[in-house]
Amino acid sequence: MRLIAENLGGERGGETVFSNIGFALDQGEALIITGPNGSGKSTLLRIVAGLLPVARGKVLIEGGGEAFPTVASASHYLGHLNAMKTALSVEENLGFWRAFQGEPGLGVDEALETVALAGLGHLPFGYLSTGQRRRVSIAKLLVSRRPVWLLDEPTAGLDKASEERFAGLMRGHLEDGGIVVAATHLPLGLEGARELQMRVAG
Amino acid sequence: MAGRPERGAWAQASQTMLALFLRDIRLSIRAGGGALVGVIFFLAVIVTIPFGVGPDLNLLSRIGPAILWIAALLACLLGLDRLFQADREDGSLDLLVLNGDRHMLALTVLTKCLAHWTGSVLPLVVAAPLLGLFMNMEPLGIGATALTLLIGTPAITFIGAAGAAVAVALPRGGLLISVLVLPLTIPVLIFGVSASYGAVADPAPFLQPFLILAALTLFLAVVGPLAAALALRHGTD
Repeated sequence: MRLIAENLGGERGGETVFSNIGFALDQGEALIITGPNGSGKSTLLRIVAGLLPVARGKVLIEGGGEAFPTVASASHYLGHLNAMKTALSVEENLGFWRAFQGEPGLGVDEALETVALAGLGHLPFGYLSTGQRRRVSIAKLLVSRRPVWLLDEPTAGLDKASEERFAGLMRGHLEDGGIVVAATHLPLGLEGARELQMRVAG
Repeated sequence: MAGRPERGAWAQASQTMLALFLRDIRLSIRAGGGALVGVIFFLAVIVTIPFGVGPDLNLLSRIGPAILWIAALLACLLGLDRLFQADREDGSLDLLVLNGDRHMLALTVLTKCLAHWTGSVLPLVVAAPLLGLFMNMEPLGIGATALTLLIGTPAITFIGAAGAAVAVALPRGGLLISVLVLPLTIPVLIFGVSASYGAVADPAPFLQPFLILAALTLFLAVVGPLAAALALRHGTD
């Protein structure tokens, strides 16, 4: 499986944010997108996920097979928002995404254990702290299988130990033949990851 | 052999949609879900009308079905702005759209509509017979009005979903949705009310407008979610 972006150009409100970005990632490869605020890191990730229209160029996935024919169907997108309902319990939230996204991976309890939140599943999501909420959101990556992880500032709000645990999860995902594309300001602790430096346009 | 994978996909899709349906129902009955807002608004309107119209019982029973329908229509529109906005605010909408590649986004929208209808509009249909008594309606008229509400109100939710999808990025889109959607709901209102009258007033027919009402609901069950899915896909930012 191969994730390819060719000559990508992104627009925000009619203005070009970036242009001519290209990369090709094989299984087990990671791409770290860095750059100052406003350089279009989030826009690039959203375009790759298919949540924003592609202004120029194209994004495609090769060899996804029947289960993952398109980039969107092969991707987990972890944005700034956690995509969890504060009124539902942690278990209900994760259980819903596990059922809705298909291709079930780890069970809800196992996933919570992996992010060191075992025993908190019964609490409403709204009761958790910022870092704990982020960890639940990370557990969402584990409950259903997707080869491509698109991560936008994944470690925002995490403490040191959780950051390291998350780096371990990403390494495990890469070893299993996954692909990681992450936009970040903070080092993620991925050795051998390729880097894409973005600049503010104009 | 050839049919097996398809049946598997069908079973998977129905399980997925059931999960979404149950989540939305749970959300609507938990604190802050706002499921009761529509019913309370409905109740408030119907209870106020007799005071405004005066003690003329014949007049009340004559306008009863129309008042019930108008109040139900407005109550239906009340909570619609939250249909996608709540999901957009916490980022869920991104993932719902992203998974639209896996199962049709229109199906997701249809499921959300059905959950919204079950959570916020069905209680109102259940309360309608009781409120019909306030309007001095006869039992047959009450039954007919409740039945037309049961069949007709999903159509309002389906049209409303398209409006809600268009206005999803607007912070106070509630009123805009009502204005956008109201003209489109007029046929539903007309056939709903005429079927309700048809059951009690003798020369007027019941079955014909009732069947047209059912056809409207079925038609909009397809068109509404498709339009909403299109708007959501192009409206993400």
